[in-house]
Amino acid sequence: MRFLFERDTWQEVYDSLSKNVLRTVLTMVGVWWGVLLLIGLLGSAKGLENSFNRLFGSFATNSVFVWGQSTSKPFKGFQEGKQVVLTLFDAKKLEENIDGVEFVVPRNQNQGVVTRNFLSGSFGVNGDYPLLDRVQKKKMIHGRFINQNDIDSNKKVVIISEEIYKQLFQKDAEMIGEYIQINSINFMVVGMFENGNRSMGPTSDLHIPFTTFQQIYNQGNDIGWIMITGKPEADITQIEADAKLMLKNLHRIHPEDDRAFGSFNLGKEFAKLTGFLTGMQFLTWFVGIATLIAGVFAIGNILLITVKERTKEIGVRRALGATPFEIKRQIIVEAVFITLIAGFLGIISGGWILIGLNAAFGQGDEAVLVNASVPIAVVFIALLILVFLGTLIGLIPAFKATSIKPIDALREE
Amino acid sequence: MLKINKLHKSYPIGDSSLHVLKGIDLSVESGEMVAIMGSSGSGKSTLLNIIGMLDEADEGDYILDNVPIKNLTEKKAAIYRNRFLGFIFQSFNLINYKNALDNVALPLYYQGLKRKERIEKGLFHLEKVGLKAWAEHLPSELSGGQKQRVAIARALAADPKLLLADEPTGALDTTTSYEIMAFLQQLNDEGKTILIVTHEEDIADMCKRIVRLVDGVIMEDKFVEQVRASQYV
Repeated sequence: MRFLFERDTWQEVYDSLSKNVLRTVLTMVGVWWGVLLLIGLLGSAKGLENSFNRLFGSFATNSVFVWGQSTSKPFKGFQEGKQVVLTLFDAKKLEENIDGVEFVVPRNQNQGVVTRNFLSGSFGVNGDYPLLDRVQKKKMIHGRFINQNDIDSNKKVVIISEEIYKQLFQKDAEMIGEYIQINSINFMVVGMFENGNRSMGPTSDLHIPFTTFQQIYNQGNDIGWIMITGKPEADITQIEADAKLMLKNLHRIHPEDDRAFGSFNLGKEFAKLTGFLTGMQFLTWFVGIATLIAGVFAIGNILLITVKERTKEIGVRRALGATPFEIKRQIIVEAVFITLIAGFLGIISGGWILIGLNAAFGQGDEAVLVNASVPIAVVFIALLILVFLGTLIGLIPAFKATSIKPIDALREE
Repeated sequence: MLKINKLHKSYPIGDSSLHVLKGIDLSVESGEMVAIMGSSGSGKSTLLNIIGMLDEADEGDYILDNVPIKNLTEKKAAIYRNRFLGFIFQSFNLINYKNALDNVALPLYYQGLKRKERIEKGLFHLEKVGLKAWAEHLPSELSGGQKQRVAIARALAADPKLLLADEPTGALDTTTSYEIMAFLQQLNDEGKTILIVTHEEDIADMCKRIVRLVDGVIMEDKFVEQVRASQYV
């Protein structure tokens, strides 16, 4: 390995590469392009993944939402068209009897006019249990979320979103302990959470304790919808099917009545997305590495031509005492050198592309690509692969160079 | 110095084979200057290639400086070539992207000498052929005679026991040819053993011994009165 640190080795590499700059540059373009694509695509895929993760980040993604609709089949003496309303009892049954369930969160929702002093607006009012925070993480900016004490004593407290705060309060005004009116009933503000992504699920602008909701809207045990979260390893599609079957049983609905309950399977949708992402990453690697290999082959090809052109020179060198090993080594060093330089340039320009992508698509809350980047380990692995491929491809011209007898090489005109 | 015994060599041509050397016996003492003559096809270049270890004989013995040259691996042949032999070619065979000094220093590079030493020795030999001022010039910037002198300096650089010249004046005009011969004679006067392959009578007459090859056998082997090239220059 000592020869790698000798000036002469590199002088030789420099001499033979600078002899034909255009050819060297064209050769490098192949590998440069491959690395550029690999880095650019991998970074973009990562950015997309990050943006999905941010979108779903506050959600327990292995969830399914179920609500009642109206029946479409007559069953056990009931006509079709019977309204189905879920109850707290259903939620309790589901939690106790379905395999793989982690949480069952009953929710209620209504539209309400909210006023404070002379400002008012119409917002979604949610009746919730503290458990919601486990399923759909709220980022609290001030105060707290609903707690069990609120539930137990039907407290008139409210947690508002940042958006409502902006509409109902003066800038920088203190909101904790202040009162707002929901449908003319005073509620004390106990917390404010950061605006979530509104693209996910129903807008949840304002949360009051579930029990308080029951009381003021006179709901009894009826609930709007249920969020069922499966354990991380549980099959959410199975949970959905089991839950629906059980609900049909409880509500005396025809087992094959598909319209009685509406549902949105977040877990299934999420799995589709992650599957798409995985597919894209695979494609990225495939395209990148294929391009890279094509580039490396281009280098091998050019070196082969170079070797052919240099047959006589190689013959002279051998007449002067160069051993076949020294000739081979030189050619392989050349191959690895230009592969590496092209790879470095590819990584640098790939980095620039990611910086460009980040500036163009990576800013703000609605960004398509979040932190488009490639882990440094991947970069090193790519470089290692390049060295390996460079050596491998260098072997072909190297053996070609020494397979000709020096006497034949010298005779070449 | 050099001893060749019943050397045979044939090349396959299609199905048959061409018997180029048919039992050559030759012995050269240290300090000799031998011309190997013959028309094209006589086998003179083949003989030189075998002596130069660029080619291997089918049969017979070849002993160079008491070392039998037989069944060499490529690596060993390379080392022997580097240590024992200096080549001078008809078409100079300088490496065109290296300057004169780097060309001269190339055999020293393969000997594993340090750069400083190589430059020192290279410059010394360039000075010897009178081209020290041209050290930084590329071959394309030199005349034919200058190129051949650089090539001679390169052949001398590794301080070989034997100089092998294959038609060294073949690509040069008469005046330049005599200059080169004068220089080779001077080297011989200093004690170098030189083998020259040529088909020109006047060049052969400038050597001390002429070996004539006809169809792969030595027809004539005589010592001659050397014609000094310097009188023509």
